[in-house]
Amino acid sequence: MPSNTDYLLAIEDLTVSFDGFKAVDELTLYVDKGELRVIIGPNGAGKTTVLDLISGKTRASSGSIRYNNVELTSMREHEIVRAGIGRKFQTPSIYEKLSVYENLEISYPWGRTVFGSLKFTRTKQVIDRIQDVAQQIFLSDMLETQAELLSHGQKQWLEIGMLLVQNPELIMLDEPVAGMTAKEREATAALLEKIAKERSIIIIEHDMDFVAKIADQVTVLHLGKILKQGSMDEVRDDPVVQEVYLGH
Amino acid sequence: MINPINQAESSFGKVLYERLFKNKEGLIAFAILAFVILIIFPTVLSPFRLNLTGKYLCYAFAAVGLVMCWGNAGILCLGQGLFFGAGGYCMAMFLKLEASDPESTAIQSTPGIPDFMDWNQVTELPWFWNPFKSLPLTIALIITLPALLAYILSVFYFKGRVSGVVFAILTQSMVACLWYFIVGNQGYFGGINGITDLKTLKGWDIRTEDAHYLLYYLCCFLLLFCILLSRYILSTRLGRVLIAQRDKEMRVRFSGYNITSFRIFIFCFAAVVSSIGGAMFTLQVGFMSPNLIGIVPSIDMVIFTAVGGRESLLGAVYGALAVNAAKTAFSEAYAAQWLFFYGATFIVIVLYLPKGLAGIYHDHIKKWIGKSMSSSKNNDGETPALVTEEKNAE
Repeated sequence: MPSNTDYLLAIEDLTVSFDGFKAVDELTLYVDKGELRVIIGPNGAGKTTVLDLISGKTRASSGSIRYNNVELTSMREHEIVRAGIGRKFQTPSIYEKLSVYENLEISYPWGRTVFGSLKFTRTKQVIDRIQDVAQQIFLSDMLETQAELLSHGQKQWLEIGMLLVQNPELIMLDEPVAGMTAKEREATAALLEKIAKERSIIIIEHDMDFVAKIADQVTVLHLGKILKQGSMDEVRDDPVVQEVYLGH
Repeated sequence: MINPINQAESSFGKVLYERLFKNKEGLIAFAILAFVILIIFPTVLSPFRLNLTGKYLCYAFAAVGLVMCWGNAGILCLGQGLFFGAGGYCMAMFLKLEASDPESTAIQSTPGIPDFMDWNQVTELPWFWNPFKSLPLTIALIITLPALLAYILSVFYFKGRVSGVVFAILTQSMVACLWYFIVGNQGYFGGINGITDLKTLKGWDIRTEDAHYLLYYLCCFLLLFCILLSRYILSTRLGRVLIAQRDKEMRVRFSGYNITSFRIFIFCFAAVVSSIGGAMFTLQVGFMSPNLIGIVPSIDMVIFTAVGGRESLLGAVYGALAVNAAKTAFSEAYAAQWLFFYGATFIVIVLYLPKGLAGIYHDHIKKWIGKSMSSSKNNDGETPALVTEEKNAE
């Protein structure tokens, strides 16, 4: 039994192997409360797999993931979400046939059972919360728009908004600015900085300028292991990191 | 379109109206269907044709069920006949017991049991026939038995995340099992001949013309009720979660939902609706047999739904009526080749009308109405919706 920690998220000796290939290999990683952690690394380094493991999409072969000292490795996806972890996917994952409002509403953390959903009503509290989030993600004029009509960047924001409605303590974002214009990236950076004040965030990102703008701590993954961890400057100056990743 | 801000403050009646019909357009569409089946058909059609229509409307129940679980929740069930049959057989067993009183079965070696049992050397009423001595119990079973069956048959698959084509094939094998089960247990369920010679319901002769009219209306009202109930479910957040999990399963899981229970719920709901249709079928047709609920009828039900438009509850009814009417017309006119025409119709629909009859309405008729309406008046809340429609088309 691992000892208790003060960390929000404590990943210890985490390993997962797919047919003998170790996608994540004895990984140990701690995330503090209120921290904004960025994970970078070349393709196939196991970045997305780490998120999959935390969120329960993939089962760990061995090791432990504890969130507020609760072991996550044996929990199912929706239980992990209800414990307070929200996750955004690499490609915008929204409900295209529903309106922006309905997209946000589905994430509202109340009545998430069959009968709870049948009884769910749009109280003032719900509407206020959704309008508040819509404002933060720059979509307050588009609540009635069908989600498939949004631009790529707006879809990314909508998915971030869906996480905000959920109000998780830990948010995990997989390439949140991929496919965004320079202007949208800036808006997103500002949005994330604001979000980060109230909660912890783990971000996977390839865009180095964006990472430099937002990161507290950067973790470089390579072949399922941590290559380097530290501030952006420390990571950037590291010769090994330059060779395997930044040099490309 | 529902305005979320207004909805929170509006009265109960208005909320219910919006839930059941969404807007004026929805109310009109529903009223047209009710008018057609409740008023036009009974006045225009001969008693024989009306009884046939009543039979088609029973299939519409199954189609409504499929709109819920296939169209809106993405769970294709190729074995809806299983649940249709559950309701149909419950009703048939009740009616058969009533028709098998000791007096009318006096010539049997064991009077008082259904004739086919006697032919198969069954000398005592099997225990599972006992509930069907009582009408309330039978009605309760028509509702609960399909729900229970659907739960048992789906819970492990949905838990194990079996979905899509694999699940569809499993449902087909389930209905095949039921077919073999009934055919193999001739002494208990009447075998391939089915349960026939049904005469009265609580002493009321169901074979007369008057009874056919009454049963037709009962069938219509139940169907309209099931449509409204389905509409209500779709209007709640549950309905939106169903659509969401159909399109982006992972996103819904990672929004804190246990999709398994949602899938089981809608699968059971569809089963119950189909079962009510099956029970009405037995009442109107006067018998129930395994060939009415096997693999082929189950696939027919999917065809009705596809033709009507798999996301449209009202479309399901029109689909069931249109396909069955075509089937009857072809088979009466071209007794030998009708199946080819039937098949050709289906191919044409799949190729050119993937959204079915409802698609014709949404993509063409609605736009046409919108154009002629907007030239006369231009202030209703429906105009923005039409604008988006046009954008989509471009």
